[in-house]
Amino acid sequence: MKKSPLFLEETNLKPVFTVSEVNYFIKNLIDSNQILRQVYIRGEISNFKYHDISGHMYFTLKDEKSQIRCVMFKNCNRLLPFVPENGMNVIAFGFISVFTRDGQYQLYIEDLQPDGIGALYIAFEKLKAHLEKEGLFAPERKRMLPFLPKRIGLITSPTGAAIRDLLTVIKRRFPNVNIVIAPVLVQGKDAADEISSAISELNSFEDIDVIIVGRGGGSIEELWAFNEEKVARAIANSRIPVISAVGHETDYTIADFVADKRAPTPSAAGEMVIPEKRILKNELKHLSLRLVNGFYNFIGEKRQKLEYLKMSPVFKRPQTYIVNCRLVIEELLGRLNKDTNYYITKQKSILSNSISRLEALNPLSTLKRGYSICINNCTNKVVKQIADVNKGDCIRVLLSDGNLLCKVDEWEKRGNAS
Amino acid sequence: MTCNYKYEEALSRLEYITEQLEKGDLTLDEALTFFEEGIKLVKICSKMLDEAEGKIEILTKDLEGNITIKDFNGGSELLE
Repeated sequence: MKKSPLFLEETNLKPVFTVSEVNYFIKNLIDSNQILRQVYIRGEISNFKYHDISGHMYFTLKDEKSQIRCVMFKNCNRLLPFVPENGMNVIAFGFISVFTRDGQYQLYIEDLQPDGIGALYIAFEKLKAHLEKEGLFAPERKRMLPFLPKRIGLITSPTGAAIRDLLTVIKRRFPNVNIVIAPVLVQGKDAADEISSAISELNSFEDIDVIIVGRGGGSIEELWAFNEEKVARAIANSRIPVISAVGHETDYTIADFVADKRAPTPSAAGEMVIPEKRILKNELKHLSLRLVNGFYNFIGEKRQKLEYLKMSPVFKRPQTYIVNCRLVIEELLGRLNKDTNYYITKQKSILSNSISRLEALNPLSTLKRGYSICINNCTNKVVKQIADVNKGDCIRVLLSDGNLLCKVDEWEKRGNAS
Repeated sequence: MTCNYKYEEALSRLEYITEQLEKGDLTLDEALTFFEEGIKLVKICSKMLDEAEGKIEILTKDLEGNITIKDFNGGSELLE
């Protein structure tokens, strides 16, 4: 390319700066600008780099049309409650200056906050983790809802759809239940305060059995009060069981986790807070019928048993029983007679048998046949051989019809008797 | 008639009594006592269902922050 004569001429007349000089000049311009000294910038993070050694963060903030380089030094980023990520929408606070070495202007970030829904989501997760760690969601903390509350506390906006749904459902199910409404703002900066103080106000009523706290559907920002720690703690501290009923089926709030029971919608809360009176009435009616029938059947059965017993022959013809007894006695008596006679006859024959046997052995009958017995009068013993007596001894000879008293004169020994 | 029962307790006692009577495995004295108690429970339960007056009230705060309770007028309109 050919140099223009004009260019050469100009460089002779005007000062030529070094790169550093220009960069410093620009840096001064920027640094002295009031706006750029303290600036909030909203954008999406990209090209995020965390420098391990230095602890500094480098990234780009961008929107649809443009982008800006950013740095967040260690001393600023170490207190961040979250870890920035690519794609995250943030609001950054800091100043803009020039990194003269590279000739780059960039945002020096001093504080960083997640932007919009993302930010709320992070706050939600943080509080949820915190309260969960504290044990506020523990299943053993959950109290049973009363089966049949007499007085229900409602904490909600007195004008929203939620209260209309709640009252409609509750009144339809149980027309005469008592309800106390604690009107509160359910969104905006005062909502959490109002909701939590309403919970403690309703707790001062002795006879409120259960509390429903809720509101209709809305954006996450609108439901936000139910994600605040103050509300969570008020629910946890409530003496009275609490049902949370916030938004729609898919909305989960911190209040839902702390509450004793979560209802997916306000209408559903109305369904679960009280049973249908009509059904209870029917059930009771049915049961009392069964009770009465059961009792009368019982009595009827007893009466039938009694009738049956009365019909029994014992009561109908009691003499039959006596006649039967008499028959038995007569029969026994007959058997007794017969048996006794038999016994006596048998004994008689045994006796006569014994007598004849005894007869045979009687020595008197032997005497009748001519034998005699000789007894030594001195010894009173039967004399069986001659040596049993001495000469001159007196002996008695027993015969069949009397005794002979004799004196021994001589012995006559028989030769063959030895 | 006052009672220390909760509704669901009274009801389950009533159920038990009814079953016993239906089983019939009782002496006459027991049956009479059960029946008497059962009738009492029916009355208690029925009273419990009807005793609330169906009041809808609303808490209001005056300028000094005192809380008072009054009938909720919006109730009937909302229900329509």
